[in-house]
Amino acid sequence: MIDLALTFAVFCFSLALLLNLWRITRGPTRADRILALDTMVINIIALLVLYGIYERTAVYYEASMLVAMVGFVSTVAYCRFVLRGDIIE
Amino acid sequence: MTLVIEILISLCLVTAGVFGLVGSYGLIKLKDTMQRLHAPTKATTVGVGGVLVASMLYFLLIKGSLSFHELMITLFLFLTAPVSAHFIAKTFIQAEVTEKDLPDPEQEFGWAVFDDAPSYPDDEGQDQNS
Repeated sequence: MIDLALTFAVFCFSLALLLNLWRITRGPTRADRILALDTMVINIIALLVLYGIYERTAVYYEASMLVAMVGFVSTVAYCRFVLRGDIIE
Repeated sequence: MTLVIEILISLCLVTAGVFGLVGSYGLIKLKDTMQRLHAPTKATTVGVGGVLVASMLYFLLIKGSLSFHELMITLFLFLTAPVSAHFIAKTFIQAEVTEKDLPDPEQEFGWAVFDDAPSYPDDEGQDQNS
């Protein structure tokens, strides 16, 4: 039963990634694209943890922690670049 | 007992998947950028939170090993989500909204995106005295 639920969750998050990709290509403003990229990082964290359950290993926590940190820093850097024209003033 | 544990974990996983999908569907469904800012918070809190709770339950109850890494990821996401949302909203206001569209702040200094930071004469006086 867990495998069935895992498949369903992976399907849902993969579809969510495709919807985010649609928003990135269409997005009328730059803020929309940054928001879609941020959501994409969150969905990828969920997919990594799901893959960790599927493989029955605990290695993927470190990977998802790193992805979370890099995603946050890249979102803030992108926003600051659009806002001020420079990342570190 | 094993069946109850499996049902619990599967319930967490299905809830997380549905909420993650709803968060990203709202991203393409809602009309305005400020409205769209609201949708992915569902994916952050309940989506990723449900997946992490399911993972923690799985490794605790079936593999028999307790780990706190999931709680760290949840805590980190909860801490960083408001900061990035604030930055994205500020980017949107700076790029798309003019100062006339915003309401009057009713204070001596204006909106932080358009105006300089207010200067406090009292602080400078203290610096001269010390």
